[in-house]
Amino acid sequence: MPVIGVLSLQGDFAEHVLMLDTLEVNSTEIRSQDSLQNIDGLIIPGGESTAIMRLLELYDLKNTIISLAKTGMPIWGTCAGMIILSKNILHSESQNKIHKYDPLNLIDIDITRNAFGRQIDSFEFDLDVEGLTDPYHSIFIRAPQVSRIGKNVEVLSSINDSTPVILKQDNILVSSFHPELTHDNRIHELFIKMF
Amino acid sequence: MTTDTDQVTGTWQVKTGLAQMLKGGVIMDVVTPEQAVVAENAGAVAVMALERVPSDIRKAGGVARMSDPQMIAEIIESVSIPVMAKARIGHFAEAQILEALGVDYIDESEVLTPADENNHINKHDYKVPFVCGSRDLGEALRRIGEGAAMIRTKGEAGSGNIVEAVRHARKVLGQIKQIHGMESDELMAKARDLKAPFALVKKIHETGSLPVVNFAAGGISTPADAALMMQIGVDGVFVGSGIFKSESPEIMADAIVKATTHYKDPAILAEISKGLGSAMKGLDIRTMPESEQLSKRGW
Repeated sequence: MPVIGVLSLQGDFAEHVLMLDTLEVNSTEIRSQDSLQNIDGLIIPGGESTAIMRLLELYDLKNTIISLAKTGMPIWGTCAGMIILSKNILHSESQNKIHKYDPLNLIDIDITRNAFGRQIDSFEFDLDVEGLTDPYHSIFIRAPQVSRIGKNVEVLSSINDSTPVILKQDNILVSSFHPELTHDNRIHELFIKMF
Repeated sequence: MTTDTDQVTGTWQVKTGLAQMLKGGVIMDVVTPEQAVVAENAGAVAVMALERVPSDIRKAGGVARMSDPQMIAEIIESVSIPVMAKARIGHFAEAQILEALGVDYIDESEVLTPADENNHINKHDYKVPFVCGSRDLGEALRRIGEGAAMIRTKGEAGSGNIVEAVRHARKVLGQIKQIHGMESDELMAKARDLKAPFALVKKIHETGSLPVVNFAAGGISTPADAALMMQIGVDGVFVGSGIFKSESPEIMADAIVKATTHYKDPAILAEISKGLGSAMKGLDIRTMPESEQLSKRGW
């Protein structure tokens, strides 16, 4: 059985740990370099992407995660995690005073943050997902959208066949919603099947 | 923006879910777009937009109301993280205005002068989620019953003194533990004593936790204060006057963010607590007249 690290700098990491518990998968909270050494996979949770990216750089975890990804370690990012794993983040002009962190560039997609709108536009939706027989009831919170998809990236699910929300490139999985906020562990199961 | 009709907005899961995204983070009070940018750059997970921080509201006296919508709109424009704003207790028209402005969370707050001494806002009526203060579990469950999707301790806002936040957090968490350990047939009497909705008391009995995220607020002024509250068992912290009333706001903000992540690691806490300059000047709650204690507002 693999041990999954859950990046625990900020966000809903505890919910991912509980979800992995329901699949009887061992997990460990990641806050430092040392704890990255003994894991077989990594989840980057939902949270505030600016806050998490800043702490990733401050505690020097970024390059280690990139090297682990290059060795083929499965990594999954949900919402903020998807933003962090992307190639480029598109910003609005009014936000030019905010310090911009470079994402990890581990999946060939560009991201627009909060592209569905503000919190009042956050929504629930029944998604068809490749590999799942029944729809998955998904929760989108101030969710990002994918604005460009590289040619080696697979789309596993879209809203109405137009807005991609689960994507995969080799060992990297991303979702713009929060499977960890539901009681349905089928997306976590899809991730575990990548081992 | 997509406009598909199958996308259901304003649900309980979506409201409580945003609070779950804020966990392990620091929400900072800001009074200008410039401060909001400082907060975001220091790693805040959200900002609370208001005209005056609580310690200045105390000094100014008079009636404290919702902030100028123009100023809130400018703060919304200036950052990419969620923006919260405060409405007076029971002032549902202020809440409607804040929702129309597009704020991401409304704090129905005792820091402002209450508009209704009997009724809090019926928060189920809104698509925007609400956070409310509480001093004990009964108060927390009454607010959740009215639709609050996030709870915080009241603490004593603008005091720079952590004692009330500690009292409120310990009270709520202690009462949760107690209910979790009770027999099922004791729950109705407990709901009566707490003046809390029975269904929520029953839920706490089953799960052993609050059904929404619970932050600390009111008096947090140092990284050690943040670590203390996180170790007591809250999910994150609000810092009001503690940042922009300290000697070096950028440095203090950065240190409190780090302390909220590494709250269990004393070596890191020692490192980040060095050379922060002076924290805000605090007040002794014991010598504060009851009429000046903001936590006594609301029920």
